[in-house]
Amino acid sequence: MIGSKHPHALAVASMLLLASLSCAHAEGSEADFKTAYAAADAAEKEAGTLRNQWTTTESTLAAAKKAADAGNFDRAVALSKEAEALAKASIVQSTSEKDAWKALDIR
Amino acid sequence: MRARFMIRLASVALVLAAFCAGARLAFATETPDPVADAKAFRDYFTKRFPKVKLEDFVNGPYSMNEDMHKQWEEKEQFPPYEFALEAGKEMFSKPFKNGKTYADCFADGGIGVRQNYPTFDEKEGKVITLELALNRCRQANGEAPYSYVKDEMASLTAYMAFTSRGKAMDIKIPDDPRAREAFQDGKRFFYTRRGQLNFSCATCHVQSPGERIRAEVLAPALGILNAMPIYRSEWSGMGTTSRRFTSCNSQVRSVPLEPQSDEYRNLEYYLSYVSNGLPISGPGARP
Repeated sequence: MIGSKHPHALAVASMLLLASLSCAHAEGSEADFKTAYAAADAAEKEAGTLRNQWTTTESTLAAAKKAADAGNFDRAVALSKEAEALAKASIVQSTSEKDAWKALDIR
Repeated sequence: MRARFMIRLASVALVLAAFCAGARLAFATETPDPVADAKAFRDYFTKRFPKVKLEDFVNGPYSMNEDMHKQWEEKEQFPPYEFALEAGKEMFSKPFKNGKTYADCFADGGIGVRQNYPTFDEKEGKVITLELALNRCRQANGEAPYSYVKDEMASLTAYMAFTSRGKAMDIKIPDDPRAREAFQDGKRFFYTRRGQLNFSCATCHVQSPGERIRAEVLAPALGILNAMPIYRSEWSGMGTTSRRFTSCNSQVRSVPLEPQSDEYRNLEYYLSYVSNGLPISGPGARP
């Protein structure tokens, strides 16, 4: 057993494994952030063409970027996903309001 | 057989009638009819607030609440917009570097003309607001334009509004399909829900005037622009129509459009037209 014969080697291997896992995790998260942020940004741009962006989408996108700059990719990904959901909700609002506004019209 | 045929015929007739009624309703909303819209708008508010005199709607929240009306009357003894009014008067008469003044850009030297704005420029095919006309005047005379949301523009429009006080809003929609479409576009914007809070302008100013939103009493949409520009205690300063539109949009968590964008210009056209006949009361003061 490697553990009993070479306890130091096991500790070093464990540390290396942990380090490599955390590196892989960090790299993966950054890539995840970039993907998530790009999706959110694209949705927000679409809301922009519909002239209906939400301030909360903008602030959540900014917070995602800030978290990524600080190396907190888990949070950055979560915020990007939240921003994407907000942007998509504003798009749904624009689409439904194309006709829905007429219900409020005073006649 | 005959009975079944008759039932089918009646069903088809019923479906057709329903379709036609629906189509007529849709047509009524899609086809701009500014005169009918203005009448319906005014009727809505006068029926909902039968005790409020028509000309008093221009006083916004103060028309909705007796106590607030008294406060406003006291405020008018020493109005908070007075400094802006003085500054506006001075700015209006001070010549540009080329020697010309604002008076050269407007009919009647710009005195007592506020009630005619916005106008529809048939050459350009677009709505021209007073704020836009003032900045175009500046640029045509080699001056830099003012910010649409800051003090200088508020002061200038305050002075021009003051010279029109008591005159009835008199917005014209020429016989031009582009003008009617601009009106319709403004109407669409007014009723369209925006922002994360899912509010339209009408949510507050048609459905809820007189109600409180936090500490504020909401103003009725009828005559709401007749008091512009306004001194707002909340802003600790003066605000233009542009500032009012952009801040309203921000409050419902919608990213404001650019001041004097087509949408806001059309909105101002719509809201001003449906308030035709009500007196100009600007500059105003609001909580």
